[in-house]
Amino acid sequence: MVSLQINKKSYTIDADPEMPLLWAIRDLAGLTGTKFGCGVAQCGACTIHLNGEAVRSCVTKVSRAIGQEITTIEGLSVNNDHPLQLAWNEANVPQCGYCHSGQLMSAAVLLKEKPSPTDEDIDNAMSGNICRCGTYPRIRKAIHLAAEMQRKETAK
Amino acid sequence: MTAQQKNPPLKSSVRLISVFGILLTFVGLMAFGLNEPLYPPAKSNTLVIKKDSITSVKAFKAVYTVLMSPRCMNCHPSGDVPLQGDDSHLHTMFPKRGTEGKGVLAMKCANCHQPANTPGLHTPPGNPNWHLPPANMKMVFQGKTARQLAKQMVDPKQNGHKNMQQLLEHADDGLVLAGWNPGEGRTLPPMSHAQFKKAWTTWIKTGAYAPKN
Repeated sequence: MVSLQINKKSYTIDADPEMPLLWAIRDLAGLTGTKFGCGVAQCGACTIHLNGEAVRSCVTKVSRAIGQEITTIEGLSVNNDHPLQLAWNEANVPQCGYCHSGQLMSAAVLLKEKPSPTDEDIDNAMSGNICRCGTYPRIRKAIHLAAEMQRKETAK
Repeated sequence: MTAQQKNPPLKSSVRLISVFGILLTFVGLMAFGLNEPLYPPAKSNTLVIKKDSITSVKAFKAVYTVLMSPRCMNCHPSGDVPLQGDDSHLHTMFPKRGTEGKGVLAMKCANCHQPANTPGLHTPPGNPNWHLPPANMKMVFQGKTARQLAKQMVDPKQNGHKNMQQLLEHADDGLVLAGWNPGEGRTLPPMSHAQFKKAWTTWIKTGAYAPKN
């Protein structure tokens, strides 16, 4: 049995330390918001936060996450009200939606490190997250929108 | 009476020495903080140089074939995007070097590169210390001639602040060794690590001469 700290909650699960963290999150902890895409860190669909970094959970072993702080899309905000989630809704970003939990988790790291990102910052941060529907222009728009919301919130 | 005249000379001297001492401490701390070496100090200092330019140049030519192989050169690119594959193409997704060589924003190297190789063909290779050289010392291999690279290797201002002893020991650095454990689907450098280390050691111990071209 191993203990994982996911979204500030402790999960004790029967997982091999060599198991991909994505399996543990989805199949053992039951948090299915994080998606399986390629399985080899090429698409970004499985992006979660490990100690605040946008880690690809499909190639990350459970052993790397023991004792660390894991955040999944379910833990990004309490009421789905992270500025990015609000902006995603407002800009109607997703088409099929499959890649968007990963997109949001990468964008959240970007906004944390660069509260007012330029287009170049967005390219640099988001180039590891692929969207087969091609929603990239709306992703860019929503990130700028979320940055603006975040700035207004901070200014209050 | 001025303020200076109020203090006896001894008291003034003590205060001056104290202020100077504090300043010196700060300067020392700043210097170490800002110029922290990229590599640990040399384990020993037993380097004996026996100059022999012909043997040295010959050894470096062997070293150069390894340094220019994809397993070494791919992480010493001329630009800020690492290279990938046996054809040394730009890394897919275009991850950027970043200040410390560890990537930027949501694209840090360790987000995908794990402490060990990921199983499977062409999956991300891994190492606990996976990174590019930092932005302030890029240590570029790509596009360098043997002469240019040899001269770069021995210059502490271009080699990660390494002296010759540290350079000698660098043959056993974890990331250098990772070149011989590249993960499935990648060719190895053109000689074994033992042969490389022998050529590297010979090059340094015979004077670290640079080839003419």
